[in-house]
Amino acid sequence: MNWMAWTLPTALFFCAIGLLLFTMTLIELKRPTTMARGWLPMATTRGDRIFISLLAAAGLHVAWLALFTSPPYVASVAAVITAIIVLRWG
Amino acid sequence: MNSLSKPSAVARLTLWAYCLYLILPLYWLLTMALRSNQDILGSFTWWPTSFTLVNFAEVFTNPVWRDGLINSLTYVVLNTGISILVAVPAAYVFSRFRFLGDKQLFFWLLTNRMAPPAVFLLPFFQLYSAVGLFDTPLAVALAHCLFTVPLAVWILEGFMASVPKEIDEMAALDGHSFGVFFFRIFLPLNRAAIGVTLFFCFMFSWVELLLARTLTASAAKPIAVVMTRTISASGVDWGLLAAAGVVTLIPGIVVVWFVRKHLVRGFAMGRV
Amino acid sequence: MQANQNRAWLGVLPVVLIVAFSGVIPLMTVVNFSVQDVLDVNTRFFVGFDWYREILRDQRLLDALGRQLLFSATVLAIEIPLGIAVARAMPREPKGRGWGAAALLVLLALPLLVPWNVVGTIWQVYARPDIGLLGHGINALGIHYNFSQVSSHAWITLILMDVWHWPSLIALLAFSGLTSIPNQHYQAAELDGASRWQVFRFVEMPRLRSVLIIGVLLRLMDSLMIYTEPFVLTGGGPGTSTTLLSQYLATMAVGQFDVGPAAAFSVLYFLLILLLCWLFYTAVVKRDLEQDFARQGERAAHE
Repeated sequence: MNWMAWTLPTALFFCAIGLLLFTMTLIELKRPTTMARGWLPMATTRGDRIFISLLAAAGLHVAWLALFTSPPYVASVAAVITAIIVLRWG
Repeated sequence: MNSLSKPSAVARLTLWAYCLYLILPLYWLLTMALRSNQDILGSFTWWPTSFTLVNFAEVFTNPVWRDGLINSLTYVVLNTGISILVAVPAAYVFSRFRFLGDKQLFFWLLTNRMAPPAVFLLPFFQLYSAVGLFDTPLAVALAHCLFTVPLAVWILEGFMASVPKEIDEMAALDGHSFGVFFFRIFLPLNRAAIGVTLFFCFMFSWVELLLARTLTASAAKPIAVVMTRTISASGVDWGLLAAAGVVTLIPGIVVVWFVRKHLVRGFAMGRV
Repeated sequence: MQANQNRAWLGVLPVVLIVAFSGVIPLMTVVNFSVQDVLDVNTRFFVGFDWYREILRDQRLLDALGRQLLFSATVLAIEIPLGIAVARAMPREPKGRGWGAAALLVLLALPLLVPWNVVGTIWQVYARPDIGLLGHGINALGIHYNFSQVSSHAWITLILMDVWHWPSLIALLAFSGLTSIPNQHYQAAELDGASRWQVFRFVEMPRLRSVLIIGVLLRLMDSLMIYTEPFVLTGGGPGTSTTLLSQYLATMAVGQFDVGPAAAFSVLYFLLILLLCWLFYTAVVKRDLEQDFARQGERAAHE
């Protein structure tokens, strides 16, 4: 495993992704999702909205890193807000 | 037949011009392969004035070239075999059942087909060294699976979805076990699909070089890498390079010839 | 349904395992590399997002990205119409599908099956001004042409090579779409006195739409990852004038062994592809699949 060059932050990151997938599966088994139409231009399922939130979060961080040199905490906050908006009303 | 589905004169001219455009570089490769290097560098001629087979003789008799060819074919065959083997059951399942996460899984597979091989360059070297497969044809075959397996699933799913599900039910009513149904009835129905899938797996594995070059050193070196040997201190041996190029065209021609009848239908599935 | 689900996962398991092995593990490794300064496996330092900052400000990378987008846009703009034109000119009636049509099909499919480095070799041998048919021919017309010294010539040669290599894919896709159009549609159009253009616009295009979108997607993705052909033909030169994204990445990763920046670059490259792929998937493929899935759902509901 040494060659994979794990670090604590990346390990936590992938654990979080794994946990997210696991939780999604559990919720899906309990309460199957339905296609819903919000302000996004197409009907989405819960999984779609999570995926869009993650992509948006990545995009926000990349944009922040490209424009500013300070740590991207603002982008993280913006990503959380975007995620809430997309998940709730998307 | 009516006039509107027949191509116009302009369209036919385009087709002929395009065919000429396709053929000319191939014609030139072949003439180069049939000339000696001194002849090529000595004088420019539009068509070959002297023929020699020494370049081809070198490619077929020199063990370095022969091993390169065998290595390439080995990992292509391995890759195609593995891809079909794992993709057939998966495609059957995708075409017949709805299950938790099916769409997500399908999308995830697809992203792998689209990802640039260069992205995986660094870790592949480490991964296959770590599991002790570095410099074996199996490493290249597995690495190519990342791109061919999703494609195989995609194509096969398209075909299998068009086979009516009633066939499964009829077979069950007739008292056939699932195994008999699958291998005796279902797979033969999808012969064309498997042919087309073969074509596309081959199309990726045979033509890819970046990963094949990174994952091999000496023992499993593919023919494409051997081709860089023709460049030496005294310049490039163009005749030999061209002859090797001609040899690498042959497997492609053989594969197209065998699947030519299924090719158009396969593309027509719209899932390629 | 529940029983189906469990068995269904058994069927896809091999695919998941094999793709996870050669896809997910390497991707995780790339992410790990991208936040560290890796001197060797045991000597590495956590550097956070530093490599990303560096990469996003790397002028050479931005130049390569610009060239990549220009290249992809140009080849797509040529190859898609050319592929459709070729497909429309191919003989469609069964009696026209004899020996000649089979040979045509093989000729069209052949460029798709040439190893990518050999494509580069073919074009190098063909376009060199001293020994090549094309290069010698152009110079014989009195036009100075040398693709290894003049950037614009290198670009033109690169585009010509890609236009040799890939329109066949679009042509074969479009041709298979055309063969699925019943002849009655043409007869009806003829009775209505439709022109050729109207037939193309209102009879053929709707049938071609789905195959063409997939063709465009494949061509876009493949043109974005092009590496071997320009590497063999021009080596990215003269200078860096034909260095595209993948080649810049490969130089960084293998040539200079800048593992950290190369990994950060890989992650960004992958995100870009993921985004494009998802946009296309939501726009096209998903609807197609959902129809399939909906039909199965109805069947399942009946049982």
